[in-house]
Amino acid sequence: MPLGTLTKFSAALGQALLGASRDLAPIITVIALFQILVLRQPFPELLSVLGGLGLVTIGLALFVVGLDIGLFPLGETLAEEFARKGNLFWLLLFAFGLGAGTTVAEPALIAVTREGAKAAAEAGLIENISASIDRYAFHVRLTVALSVGAAIVLGVLRILRGWSLPVLIVGGYVLVMLMTLFAPKEIVGLAYDSGGVTTSTVTVPLVTALGVGLARSIRGRDPLTDGFGLIALASLTPMIFVMLFGLIVD
Amino acid sequence: MKILFDPMMLLMATAKDVLPVLGLLVLFQILVLKRPIPRLGRIISGFVAALIGMTCFLGGLDLAIFPVGRAMALQLAEGAQNGGKVTWIAYGWVYLFAFLVGFSTTIAEPSLIAVAHKAHEASRKAISSWGLRIAVAIGVAIGITLGTFRIVTGTPLYLYIMAGYVVVVIQTVFAPRMIIPLAYDSGGVTTSTVTVPLVAALGLGLASNVPGRSPIMDGFGLIAFASVFPIISVLGYAQLAHWIVRRRNRKT
Repeated sequence: MPLGTLTKFSAALGQALLGASRDLAPIITVIALFQILVLRQPFPELLSVLGGLGLVTIGLALFVVGLDIGLFPLGETLAEEFARKGNLFWLLLFAFGLGAGTTVAEPALIAVTREGAKAAAEAGLIENISASIDRYAFHVRLTVALSVGAAIVLGVLRILRGWSLPVLIVGGYVLVMLMTLFAPKEIVGLAYDSGGVTTSTVTVPLVTALGVGLARSIRGRDPLTDGFGLIALASLTPMIFVMLFGLIVD
Repeated sequence: MKILFDPMMLLMATAKDVLPVLGLLVLFQILVLKRPIPRLGRIISGFVAALIGMTCFLGGLDLAIFPVGRAMALQLAEGAQNGGKVTWIAYGWVYLFAFLVGFSTTIAEPSLIAVAHKAHEASRKAISSWGLRIAVAIGVAIGITLGTFRIVTGTPLYLYIMAGYVVVVIQTVFAPRMIIPLAYDSGGVTTSTVTVPLVAALGLGLASNVPGRSPIMDGFGLIAFASVFPIISVLGYAQLAHWIVRRRNRKT
């Protein structure tokens, strides 16, 4: 790496370190205050806690630097290239792959679907043996991955066509409310939770950059009004798809 | 110092998260776009920095914040149930803890930092990234506090969530149009790496200590609260800013 880039990189890292310390100050203060004032106990293993705090700060700083020079530019470049190429099929396929591919292996989703499948087995929806619990959990996970893929496709189409986001979202939530009335009770909680866990820390910057980049490359679209909204759709569709899955299985 | 942090394993786990995305990007770049990525070296070093950063971040959280936070949430939940009779002062601490944890974990949430950066840039610096994050954090704090109140009182979850969405719909009609997509997105980004483990521990601790609550049915619902209330607070923040600007314009 040439010296100039290195200096620029370390300057950016220094600034990111300052930012990270500021971002982490509240949580550290809250935990320390409660430990001292309310629980009145000394910190267990102070050394490892301090080491951990150092790691958290460095980690957040590196992540922010990586966002600015890696994830954001890549997402935007891809969006521009797709817009220039003008091939709708490939763009939609890419959108689907980005949504479904990043969701299917998401650790939080794996944990939530396993808990949900156990609850379903206890309620007698499926047989209470580990093979059928695993299969049920896997099917829910696939359903959620499909739904996130569909959400990103829908969101990209919205940016291209200029559809109204509030209509889509509010319509979606009305659908969720209606389905809540009919879906089996045990799946409702699982459906609501799977909406919240689908968007991981790597997916969010890429998807956001894709949306904003597309909106910027297409004439007549505003990056702020049209570029956002993909993540909102990705949190909505899993609820609909999982409840639909529950209705079908039932 | 106990070795709880296994860097290689954690790096592998994070890599497993990133590799499918990277594979997809490379595949499309080669097969469909057929053009070299500009400034490839820079982008790759960015990816590596983000990967190492996430690894350190998660490892550090496991060392420093999660054990203490979890133990604290459980202790507070147990303490509130003092000898079977509900003491309101003890629950007061629980609510205060819920509010502060909701606020402070959201400020540290990397996904929200990413979205706030992008919003700042896309709005041509009209939206301050720090202001947006504080608005979201206040929303999460209120949501989590209401969620713990719900666990303690045992009222049904869907009532709160539906009421929340009704408020969102009403605000959508009146809020400035440009903020709406961003506000909807804020609901989805709040619940990831930092917030979920701590908040879930608080919910589970409360649900298993308050009599008549089931940890499975009541413990997890807090996440849903953390997704609805930020939408309300971001829309509210925009409405307030809009109103202040209009009033100032009328005066002059």
